[in-house]
Amino acid sequence: MLEWLSDNRASIAAVLILAMIGTFVWSIVIGRRQAKLTANDEVFGDPVRTKGGWYWAVCGVSALFLLWSYYSWGVGRAYFPNAANEMCQIAKLEEAVSPIKAALPIGSRYYKSTLLASRNSDQLDDLEAQLGGTVFADAEKSELLDVIGQVRELIANSSNPTNMGEEPKAELLSLAERLNDLSSDIAAGPHGLTPSDEALAQPKWGTTFTEIPILPITERGMLFDTASVEAAEIAAAFNKIRNKFPANDVLIDDIKTRIDALKEINESGEFDELDRADREDYVKAVERIFKRLDDGLIFPAAALEDVGTAIANLDAAASDAQGGLRYADALFFPGPGIVKSRTQCTEQGAARWLPKPTDVVATFARLANPDVENGGGYRGFPLLWWDWLPIADVIAFFIPDWIADVWPGEYASHGPDGTITPNFKDNLLAFAQGDVSLGYIPMLDGHIWDSLFRVLVALGLGIFLGVPLGLFMGVSRFFKSFFDPLIELYRPVPPLAWAPLILTIFGIHDDGKIFLLFMVAFAIMVISARTGASGVLLSKIRASHSLGASDGQIMWNVILPNAMPEILTGTRIAVGVCWGTLVAAEMLAGTTGVGFIENIARTVSDYELIWVTILIMGVLGLVFDLIMRWIIKRTIPWRGMG
Amino acid sequence: MADLVCENLSMTFTNPQTGAAVHALKDINFTLKKGELLSVLGPSGCGKTTLLNLIAGFINATDGYAKLGGKTIDAPGVERGMVFQQGALFEWLPVSRNVDFGLRMKKNNPEENVRLVERWLDIVGLQGFGDTPTYQLSGGMQQRVALARCLINDPEVILMDEPLGALDALTREKMQSLVLELWKETGKTIMIITHSVEEALLLGERLFVMAPRPGRVHKEYRLPFAERGLKESLREIKHDPYFSEVREEILTMIWDMEEEIMGRA
Ligand SMILES: Nc1ncnc2c1ncn2[C@@H]1O[C@H](COP(=O)(O)OP(=O)(O)O)[C@@H](O)[C@H]1O
Ligand SMILES: [Mg+2]
Repeated sequence: MLEWLSDNRASIAAVLILAMIGTFVWSIVIGRRQAKLTANDEVFGDPVRTKGGWYWAVCGVSALFLLWSYYSWGVGRAYFPNAANEMCQIAKLEEAVSPIKAALPIGSRYYKSTLLASRNSDQLDDLEAQLGGTVFADAEKSELLDVIGQVRELIANSSNPTNMGEEPKAELLSLAERLNDLSSDIAAGPHGLTPSDEALAQPKWGTTFTEIPILPITERGMLFDTASVEAAEIAAAFNKIRNKFPANDVLIDDIKTRIDALKEINESGEFDELDRADREDYVKAVERIFKRLDDGLIFPAAALEDVGTAIANLDAAASDAQGGLRYADALFFPGPGIVKSRTQCTEQGAARWLPKPTDVVATFARLANPDVENGGGYRGFPLLWWDWLPIADVIAFFIPDWIADVWPGEYASHGPDGTITPNFKDNLLAFAQGDVSLGYIPMLDGHIWDSLFRVLVALGLGIFLGVPLGLFMGVSRFFKSFFDPLIELYRPVPPLAWAPLILTIFGIHDDGKIFLLFMVAFAIMVISARTGASGVLLSKIRASHSLGASDGQIMWNVILPNAMPEILTGTRIAVGVCWGTLVAAEMLAGTTGVGFIENIARTVSDYELIWVTILIMGVLGLVFDLIMRWIIKRTIPWRGMG
Repeated sequence: MADLVCENLSMTFTNPQTGAAVHALKDINFTLKKGELLSVLGPSGCGKTTLLNLIAGFINATDGYAKLGGKTIDAPGVERGMVFQQGALFEWLPVSRNVDFGLRMKKNNPEENVRLVERWLDIVGLQGFGDTPTYQLSGGMQQRVALARCLINDPEVILMDEPLGALDALTREKMQSLVLELWKETGKTIMIITHSVEEALLLGERLFVMAPRPGRVHKEYRLPFAERGLKESLREIKHDPYFSEVREEILTMIWDMEEEIMGRA
């Protein structure tokens, strides 16, 4: 069932999107009708005008869903399920011709040759200008000037069409012809091309981590795929062409010998260290420019014209061959489209980091599947499930080992026959370490539960210790003055700043994270309980005294209930802050938890997983808050009524 | 012989801003016999609340002492019940739990508590309101709860600081009758502070008019109206010529004091 749903996610999305468009339109119709009904009863600014209006909520949610679907290419995939594969083939062709385009003013502003000529000429000008201030002797200076002039000549020679040799000319011409042939092939259409079985057996778009099937599965795709192979060959041939001719060969040899001679003088002459370094730097700078020019990469602009025209033809042919896909691309695939890089095709723009709604649901379903052996859960651990927990482990959690250590007596040692008879102290140790069998209880399990457990334990400890301290701080000068500096010193530090230290001290397992969260919850609970306690009306306290209540009774029966609203509000804040801190702490270190999943997802750029964890956190945070709001409503209906 | 005796009772505060001494009370001397009803009247800031707080034991006198039944007062106690103007009910508890608060604090038998609560709710006219949260009651009913909560503890003296000050005129009149009834039925010593001259006259078997700076008892009256109020309607008493005469006299007195304060300020 799940399998089937997963495989048909594009069709499911297609139905859902239609339904959402219907809902969107319908909610607007209802909303407008309702607005007309009430228009005359309420003036602008009347708070009643914010009441109700569920249809606008429906409208907002469906709009959000549609926007999400659109920008994640969910709409595109739903109605053009093969588009990504075809766009991938087009991207292959694009990738294949990109080396040729890089040499032409297509995609960039200038010919590559133009850039080479102008940049190197500029640098030669700079060197010439510096020459006057160097330590070279006059004779050497004129020699260097000469060499620079020769390098300039090299550039000029290469740029002159009349100098160009017959061989590179013919090669360029033949490449242009091959490109034109390719264009006609593409224009002729995909006759007789059929996708291979291997290609048809590929998983559908988005159903695996690879996302886009790379082998062509349509005729049109086949056409572009085949073309891209030929284009790649043409590009390779193009890259090999060099603008070489005898006049430049002579010049190159001459420059080489003269530079070598200069280097020889630099090495053998008697110069002090600084001067030698200056001389060597200068000659090296000249040589570097020369080296860039000696392999014939500068072509006369006219020589590349034919290839440029052929590439333009090819682009036009490819664009025509795309047919309707061009419009689908423009309309339903916002962003730069699909790019082929080495081994895979990837979505670019919003679709890259915004997964499609159906994919998020599918990933969540995969994670939520408790069948860990068959690909469920995450890293061999379910998302949220249950398991049998040994009771002994629970007891061992609460009984520290040192209780056994301080128990009077000695641990048993092995007897003369090599056997060990455990005494009470040994048994106590086994108990404290959970080495006994006491049966099992069912217990929640999984990444989500681990995160929840950490928050709940830390929060429980924070409330249990923080509220009493806060209450005493609210009523006692000693408690207030003694503990205030301590708490105010650690509280303003962001919890995550403590994390590296605490994780080092307590280890990366639950202890450290629980302690970190405890610190957060404790400070919040102390402050809120204290505020609540010090806010008791004096007349209430005086009345209780006159009614014969003792200090302890007043604390428990008057101050605590009176501080309850602040304590509960504090708890609500603490839950939120703990939850936020926990996820961050789990991202720093650990092997389980929602934050851990996101951390791993981040390192492998699995955006679907990242979004799933974000949604889990959001939903759990919301659930926490709703529970707290419900508790507050139930327990302190008298809040603010005193 | 549970008389309330004040001798040379004085209270000096230091103004927290200026550090100057404020003579809130100076040499207060009086004896309140068991079962007497005393009302205290005076311009704002003349030390009425301070006097009551001293007797209740919330603060300690700088000089002199107050005694109840021969015992010097130095701390709050169940034998001196308090009724505040408002805000002293425990809003997180329902009416019955507010009323039996004192009994619960001394770990009284719970069954007896239930019986007593019922009886006292009956007396103050709140039968059937035991489970109502106090914040759902009107101001007058809340003060009835405060009265019941105080009386259920069976104190020897009841101290009230402007208990009816926040009520509307009609409710106020009903509550005045209730106070008189309770006074008659229980025979308690009651000391009631008010800023309403009429109320002071109606609820004062004895009446102190206090003057400020330093706070002192300026004039004392013995009046028949409280006794009469038990039998006659309060509204009729207000039309009595003697009532009007005393009222005018006291009003003039307080008016003059206020003038003097203004003049000095
Ligand atoms: N805690 C205090 N600290 C300083 N001055 C106080 C304090 N309590 C009362 N006072 C002063 O004592 C005087 C009497 O106050 P109070 O007894 O409240 O007057 P009343 O209740 O008659 O209006 C006032 O001037 C007041 O400012
Ligand atoms: Mg007062």
